[in-house]
Amino acid sequence: MSAQPESYVTPDGRTIGGVMMEMKNITLRFGGVVAIKDISFDIREGEIRAIIGPNGAGKSSMLNIISGFYVPQEGEVWFNGARRAPLRPYEVAGQGIARTFQNIALFEGMSVLDNIMTGRLTHMKSGLFSQALWYGKAAREEHENREVVEKIIDFLEIQNIRKTPVGRLPYGLKKRVELGRALAAEPKLLLLDEPMAGMNVEEKEDMSRFILDVNDEYGTTIALIEHDMGVVMDLSDRVVVMDYGKKIGDGPPEEVRTSQAVIDAYLGVSHD
Amino acid sequence: MPDQLLYGIEAAVNGLMAGVLYALVALGFVLIFKSSGIFNYAQGVFALFSALTLVGIMEGQVPFAHLINSIFGTEVHHFGWHVPAVLAIAFTVLVMVGLAILVERYILRHLVNQPDIILFMATIGLAYFMEGFGDLMWGSDIKTLDIGIPQGGSFWIEENTAWLGGEGFYGFFIDRLDIVAACVAAVLVVGLTLFSQYTKQGRALRAVADDHQAALSVGISLRFIWVLVWSIAGVVALVAGIMWGSKSGVQFSLSLIALKALPVLMLGGFTSIPGAIVGGLIIGMGEKLFEFAIGAPFLGGATENWFAYVLALLFLVFRPQGLFGEKIIERV
Ligand SMILES: Nc1ncnc2c1ncn2[C@@H]1O[C@H](COP(=O)(O)OP(=O)(O)OP(=O)(O)O)[C@@H](O)[C@H]1O
Ligand SMILES: [Mg+2]
Repeated sequence: MSAQPESYVTPDGRTIGGVMMEMKNITLRFGGVVAIKDISFDIREGEIRAIIGPNGAGKSSMLNIISGFYVPQEGEVWFNGARRAPLRPYEVAGQGIARTFQNIALFEGMSVLDNIMTGRLTHMKSGLFSQALWYGKAAREEHENREVVEKIIDFLEIQNIRKTPVGRLPYGLKKRVELGRALAAEPKLLLLDEPMAGMNVEEKEDMSRFILDVNDEYGTTIALIEHDMGVVMDLSDRVVVMDYGKKIGDGPPEEVRTSQAVIDAYLGVSHD
Repeated sequence: MPDQLLYGIEAAVNGLMAGVLYALVALGFVLIFKSSGIFNYAQGVFALFSALTLVGIMEGQVPFAHLINSIFGTEVHHFGWHVPAVLAIAFTVLVMVGLAILVERYILRHLVNQPDIILFMATIGLAYFMEGFGDLMWGSDIKTLDIGIPQGGSFWIEENTAWLGGEGFYGFFIDRLDIVAACVAAVLVVGLTLFSQYTKQGRALRAVADDHQAALSVGISLRFIWVLVWSIAGVVALVAGIMWGSKSGVQFSLSLIALKALPVLMLGGFTSIPGAIVGGLIIGMGEKLFEFAIGAPFLGGATENWFAYVLALLFLVFRPQGLFGEKIIERV
């Protein structure tokens, strides 16, 4: 890892910067279960970082630590060059880290538009009283946020369902709306937990395109968990491989794919 | 028009007015249940406590006078001033917000992720604590509450409706207090709706009510929302406490209006604000009409105590999801 320069340009012309997020010796336990065992890795500015591994490897747990939902018993989280004290999820969101969930967590009773609007909450400044007393300012703010949201709706090609209650949408579209809500926060770091799980080939292609475009156009750093190796190969700059809570590989996708430890993990070779 | 029919209409209108109060209390339950999944058993006691506090502040009562006097051998009871109603209401609102902060800090925060029944038990504890605390703070004697709302039948309505009936009909008797209560409740509901639809906090509140995890991920602080919701529920309780207290005095029985809200919730559903309102109106009108048409003439009266529950039970059997709930189909 130390061999990598401060910043470099990828073959497809994107600039990858220095380390944005660094996980140092993270250990996470649930009672007797060790979900993550002494794992370290980093995420660089502007890259697409994949986390892969068999079921129960601890991938979601890792994402949950980054987003503040879980607090590790051991280890340090470094963000933008400073050690991060344990934060609550809403505080992490306030720092420009947005996420989606493996089991979609949307506001089922609200429309697509309202769902994506909630993604703007961290950008809304007006307090309770100024909203009541100073209607004009709040209205202007609402208008600006609305513009950002409309852009995202266009980008994700979901104009035709903007007013539909999310509860009525099929699975694939829900995933897309959830991505939209995360994008609405204009995050510096976007965490995606299996954004393509349960999708058909066409839906996967759309989703891949959105992820690449977000990264390319806005330079958003992305960490994503994915099971489909083809997708991982296409999207990611670097891959972390986890198995039974341990890190068993870390590097560019083609290198990771050919690593013996990774092949063993996926083929279910017994752990001594 | 036959007089009997006119009296029926009068009963219906008076029932609607009472229903407004039931709806208000039910609204307090719904707000808290929607946002935190807690059935707040203490909602009725909140109404009592807030009304007690309001009277205490207005009358310049010394809080904990009994306690102070028995410890220090003093004889203090009143500060000797009177606080104008508007100011006293503002202070009481602050007290209810303070109460919400304490509830979040010392109860909810420690019980997150506990089973619902534990939280429910905690609110039962809270209810009895608040009841005793209210007594200790303001005394347990019956108090009159008068913040200047006009009371008694509206002559204007009586005079202008007398012509509808024959010799024996003197016009509709409608209490002016009920009219004020209905207007205040309407303003409150419209205000709450605007708040939840058009403000940042309102949007956050709806988000929390819908999905906690998702709400956290978009940067909403659950603690803040809980304090906000319990404060709003406290204010709603205060409004109900003022209306009921002005009518029948501030005393223990005021906390029992919560019992009237239960059938409303059964009817309207625990998570629906329109359900609470429409449910309250139906229960209020239903019980008055039933008493008028069947209860008083055939059943010896006093059916108002149980009719609401029977109505709600019948309703539950046919529509368990409540008036506005979506049909529940168990996944198998
Ligand atoms: N909240 C929790 N409480 C208890 N155990 C948990 C919790 N979350 C995760 N675990 C355990 O931690 C381990 C890792 O789970 P995790 O969800 O991180 O795996 P994963 O790699 O995301 O798997 P999958 O591919 O199935 O999503 C599992 O053994 C799981 O049972
Ligand atoms: Mg997972």
